Amino acid sequence: MARIDVNHVRHSYLPNPQKDADFALREVHHTFEDGGAYALLGPSGCGKTTLLNIISGLLHPSHGQLLFNGRDVTNLSTQERNIAQVFQFPVIYDTMTVYDNLAFPLRNRGVPEADVDRKVRETLDMIDLASWAKKKARGLTADQKQKISLGRGLVRSDVNAILFDEPLTVIDPHMKWVLRSQLKQLHRRFGYTMVYVTHDQTEALTFADQVVVMYDGGIVQIGTPAELFERPRHTFVGYFIGSPGMNVMPVAIDGKTATLGSQRIELPGAPKAGSGAIELGIRPEYVRLGRDGMTVQVSKVEDLGRHKVVRAKLEGRDIAAVIGEDEAVPAEPKVRFDPAGINIYADSWLVEMARVEMGA
Amino acid sequence: MEKTWNNKAWFLVLPVLVLVAFSAVIPLMTVVNYSVQDTFGNNVFFWAGTEWFEELLHSDRFWEAMTRNLIFSFIILAIEVPLGIFIALNMPKKGWGVPVCLVLMALPLLIPWNVVGTIWQVFGRNDIGLLGYYVNAVGIDYNYVQDPFDAWVTIIVMDVWHWTSLVVLLCYAGLVSIPDAFYQAAKIDGASRWAVFRYIQLPKMQRVLLIAVLLRFMDSFMIYTEPFVVTGGGPGNSTTFLSIDLVKTALGQFDLGPAAAMSLVYFLIVLLLSWVFYTVMTNYDAER
Repeated sequence: MARIDVNHVRHSYLPNPQKDADFALREVHHTFEDGGAYALLGPSGCGKTTLLNIISGLLHPSHGQLLFNGRDVTNLSTQERNIAQVFQFPVIYDTMTVYDNLAFPLRNRGVPEADVDRKVRETLDMIDLASWAKKKARGLTADQKQKISLGRGLVRSDVNAILFDEPLTVIDPHMKWVLRSQLKQLHRRFGYTMVYVTHDQTEALTFADQVVVMYDGGIVQIGTPAELFERPRHTFVGYFIGSPGMNVMPVAIDGKTATLGSQRIELPGAPKAGSGAIELGIRPEYVRLGRDGMTVQVSKVEDLGRHKVVRAKLEGRDIAAVIGEDEAVPAEPKVRFDPAGINIYADSWLVEMARVEMGA
Repeated sequence: MEKTWNNKAWFLVLPVLVLVAFSAVIPLMTVVNYSVQDTFGNNVFFWAGTEWFEELLHSDRFWEAMTRNLIFSFIILAIEVPLGIFIALNMPKKGWGVPVCLVLMALPLLIPWNVVGTIWQVFGRNDIGLLGYYVNAVGIDYNYVQDPFDAWVTIIVMDVWHWTSLVVLLCYAGLVSIPDAFYQAAKIDGASRWAVFRYIQLPKMQRVLLIAVLLRFMDSFMIYTEPFVVTGGGPGNSTTFLSIDLVKTALGQFDLGPAAAMSLVYFLIVLLLSWVFYTVMTNYDAER
């Protein structure tokens, strides 16, 4: 296991990158702590797989350094870095048995056969495939194949980290849940450093202790699932996490009040002066629909079973609100914003606010 | 469930039956017809029974041609399959090299067979041929018209030149279908170059290789045009393969009965060997 320091890493797929837009990874400077479970979350093309491949050594970064436990590994090959990686599509060696698949990485490294046998049997138990050991790997289901891919990483006891590149994409929904909880269990039991790339927020939030949200080649926020939900540091995080995403609307700020068109909104505190376009962000979960507040025109109610999502217009802008499954939309609907859920953004970045407890 | 019986369905398969009848069954039947009769022309036939077949199976000439043909097929398979795999492995996977290589590989396949024969016939001549002249000039005694060994070398090199690209193209198709993740996983697993070939590339090429071996075997076992143009079956009978022998019997000597018997035996052998090949290789596939 290892602590992984990503030291001002930039990467471009072009031979001669000039401007920022040429970089698939603009600049990442972050430490993955030893034994941590991290998720790299972001939309397609945000650079998360690039970052993962740089950590695993399949890509050499254009700039920057990579340290494992303080040792510079930037120029080491994948094999020398001793990491394990699970890919989007299961990679198995068709012609081998399940047992031989797991033994393969050890035999390649010249481990004595007695140790190979012991390690493979342990790993088969860990991934719950002991009864399949003698079967040909090609006949297995997608989730079993993916477990073998994982097992080939686990079998090497000294791996520095296990990297996952959207490993559950081709797995059936009900098996996804099972595999994810098995992964979590493995992490708790053996304390591997795990980095998990995904564009699925549920996967990221349930798997990881720390979620690293990436956008347009850079990291926009690192935090626990709760932090990402309550205080998105960037409006993108607000949009991307949560379903539906955060409501963001342009406002003018005057002390502790925000003005949206003809409406005045009380803020939980006075935001520090920020420059650029000022926006107010509030999650649909904090928008209260009722008989008092600001008038809205409801356009659609989506019943999701557990709760309802109300789509409406406020001052001509789209806004979403979440209400309980058995709540009804009032005849003359109005909304209030719960101050606890209000965030203010300047140029898309969160502005600090001295929060005062309401009613105090 | 009650089954519906409806004989009208036969009408729907009728077109294909008619087509196969005219293209295969009827011509084959005329050959069967010839093989059991004797004729001296004028459409006069005498019943010969199994005479031609007995004669054929006791003929040294037939067995010699067959042996030559099997040796030839074995040699070209032993060269073309490994060479084809080797070239396919070394072809570029992306960039401008891909179309260039593909076109270069496809070129020999696009040349008509008798032209291939003519090219090599001229190329190998030791008076005016580029190859023949210079090979002799460096002191190697090479003359495919007089020396059976040289004739064999010429025909084998010609076949390798003509058909290795088929194996290359089939293998290449198998190779490019392997996702990058397999190579990346192999790197992470610390696999050697040989292990990558043995456990990733070869299994992925297995199906196309089966087809390549089958096609090359059948084709080489039935080879006619190129050796006919280059050596005409000579010197002596040293490059007389089955099909050349057959044509000599049928059209050279106009022995229609024996030629028909030979055709049928030839046909059955090709069918049998192809079947054996196919079953052995697919069974092997299933076992693994």
